[in-house]
Amino acid sequence: MTAAERPVKAEKIKAPLITITKRDSLPPYRRILIRAAAIVAALLLCSVITLIVTKSNPIEIYKTMFSGAFGNGIRIIRTVYEISVLLIIAVAITPAFKMKFWNTGAEGQVLIGGLTTAMVMLYLGGKVPDGLLIVVMAAAAIGAGVIWGVIPAFFKAYWKTNETLFTLMMNYVAIQLVECFLKIADKTGSNVVGPTMLKNGWFPKFFGLDYMLDVVIIAVLTVLVYIYLRYSKHGYEISVVGESENTAKYIGINVKKVIIRTMALSGALCGIAGLLIVGGASHSISAETAGGRGFTAIMVSWLAKFNPLLMVFSSLLIVFLERGAGEVATVFSLNKSFSDILTGIILFFIIGCEFFINYKLHFRRQAKEERV
Amino acid sequence: MFKKTLALILASVMALCLLASCGGSTTNGKAMTEDVLPRPTLTKFTVADDFKIGVICLHDENSTYDLNFINAVNSVRDLLGLKKEQVIIKTGIPEGDECTTTAEDLVSQKCKIIFADSFGHEQYLIPVAKAHPEVEFCHATGTKAHTENLPNYHNAFASIYEGRYLAGIAAGLKLNEMIKAGKIKAEEAVIGYVGAFTYAEVVSGLTSFFLGARSVCPTATMKVRFTGSWYDQAKEQEAANALMNQDKCVLISQHADSLGAPNACEEKKVPNVSYNGSTYDAGPNTFIISSAINWAPYFHYIIKQVSEGKAIDTDWNGTIATGSVVLSGINTDVAAKGTKEALDKAIAEFKAGTLHVFDTSKFTVEGKKLDTYLADVDDLGDYVKETEAIKDGYFHESEYRSAPYFDINIDGIEYKNTAF
Repeated sequence: MTAAERPVKAEKIKAPLITITKRDSLPPYRRILIRAAAIVAALLLCSVITLIVTKSNPIEIYKTMFSGAFGNGIRIIRTVYEISVLLIIAVAITPAFKMKFWNTGAEGQVLIGGLTTAMVMLYLGGKVPDGLLIVVMAAAAIGAGVIWGVIPAFFKAYWKTNETLFTLMMNYVAIQLVECFLKIADKTGSNVVGPTMLKNGWFPKFFGLDYMLDVVIIAVLTVLVYIYLRYSKHGYEISVVGESENTAKYIGINVKKVIIRTMALSGALCGIAGLLIVGGASHSISAETAGGRGFTAIMVSWLAKFNPLLMVFSSLLIVFLERGAGEVATVFSLNKSFSDILTGIILFFIIGCEFFINYKLHFRRQAKEERV
Repeated sequence: MFKKTLALILASVMALCLLASCGGSTTNGKAMTEDVLPRPTLTKFTVADDFKIGVICLHDENSTYDLNFINAVNSVRDLLGLKKEQVIIKTGIPEGDECTTTAEDLVSQKCKIIFADSFGHEQYLIPVAKAHPEVEFCHATGTKAHTENLPNYHNAFASIYEGRYLAGIAAGLKLNEMIKAGKIKAEEAVIGYVGAFTYAEVVSGLTSFFLGARSVCPTATMKVRFTGSWYDQAKEQEAANALMNQDKCVLISQHADSLGAPNACEEKKVPNVSYNGSTYDAGPNTFIISSAINWAPYFHYIIKQVSEGKAIDTDWNGTIATGSVVLSGINTDVAAKGTKEALDKAIAEFKAGTLHVFDTSKFTVEGKKLDTYLADVDDLGDYVKETEAIKDGYFHESEYRSAPYFDINIDGIEYKNTAF
């Protein structure tokens, strides 16, 4: 294209093929319809890809996914446990996120909570009664989580450091501390300190079921955080700081205090998550203890629009996809990457459909008619 | 317009280059001999229709380590004509309570045998074995079976140190050839070794490799760099480069699972002795030979024992005789002349029981011959070395339990870093 051509073309400018406008809020039933349509579309696309790539029956794949998550008693318990752990971490980061404090450090906060739990179990286990041991474990985990949360909050409040990078880097510090502990505590060279060494301080079974005490504690905490965010003065302050710091200052909210207090709460909840994972379920600590949940939790929290009660469903969705995908890999002798692709497609549609809830598309033909 | 055309031309040139470079590596005719220690043909027997085996793998087939197990169990499945659903392979199971859940799940699917492939799986498997005495649990590389006293819990490994020794002979002969050709002086015969961790498994392997090399090249010495990871391509490549550049090593071997070291060797044209199977394709101009553990005989054995209602050994150690220790073919473009003959001779001696890798007359520790050494064979979490391992003039590796326990730093081998 030469320079001389340009003005000529400019005169022939057409209305764009698609114009986007912001919607007024949609009635709830239409929102649900759009989301349902997104899931159906995602499943259809997944089916087509499955047929083309693997020649397996997509219905069988979906059945296998369901069986992988809920196929027998062992799987149901494990799935419920995984949902609850992801839920508590999502709930933990939510107060900070509502404040628009982008905490990407949940992974490290959970890990440091788990690490201190494991250290108490190893070094105090057998020396004090188990009941007292669990209390010390809880105190240590919450304390460590609070410290890991407050450090970046303090720097953000006083020196406006970037909290995303800061919390992210704190993850690596936590990972290195865990590696260091593994090195000192275990000399066989395995990458994990597990139940053979952490023999004391195990949470009791709940009605004879493993993990269930964790699930109950997490359910209670989720409800409490929901109430805290929705009905307490603190919750209101968090929303105001999130909307506009200047407004918060104007109405006399101490922004620095709110930032630090909220991150202390976030960190404490993450520390509890670490405590529940190590003391209540795995009785192990390794660099993989948090297992990326600190990052997945961000998605869980966003999908639920920062509503702790709705996070039960988003967390269920993610865990269901994950556990189902693992079973698909086993039964169909497919690489796990294939089920990850399916998971990716489904999440893409679910997140993508939010666009159609918030915006409306106008096509060119419509635009012309409007002009006429 | 001109820019677009130029971009198009450049893009096509790049694509052509890519194609050409891909083509180049595969058009070479392979200069590989037959496998020196081939995988044996196993016997067929009938297995009940309701038999099932569950296999728990740390990673999936993208890791050479896990792939080795997956291939082995699948080859036995095909040999015995088992149906697909009789072999349940669970990949990506971390060393944590997820392993316990997976094992429980496999029990509920009526598996008769449950096998796990990673060292760290052990402590999560044993509780399940205790809870389900009717199911056999087999664990590769584990150390606890002989002290747990559970009739249904078993460990397995292979005398891979013998395979490493043989691969070492091929390396030593190559060094001799380089000395003879005047490329290096006799005292410059320095081998570089990239290890994952400073565990007995790695130390046993690197020492046997070195002793194999020195059995034919008396002036050989070795320098070792550890990466602190079983699979880290960048670190392994970096370690290999440091060994070649800073430590003046003229031949490289490795015990880690990526292609980092073979790739670095091919780039620098330094000969490489590999592990876990042939890496000829990654280094056609530098690959000499590779040793590996073949797990198929073990899967064959445990399925046979269970089918016939017989007990499985608490500790099973595969050998050259069982076909568990295998050697790839020799790359005749790189290996010294007479390598095949020397290897065949040593293999015959191993089979006759006259050759011992850790013969105490062949190495010293801090200048002295070793007459006694207590090894930590019983892994009770106390790190107490309780078992006398030296008898009849040699260190008895993999005899008191299947997993290696030789962890001595002998003279002639220098660790450049021991942080791991």
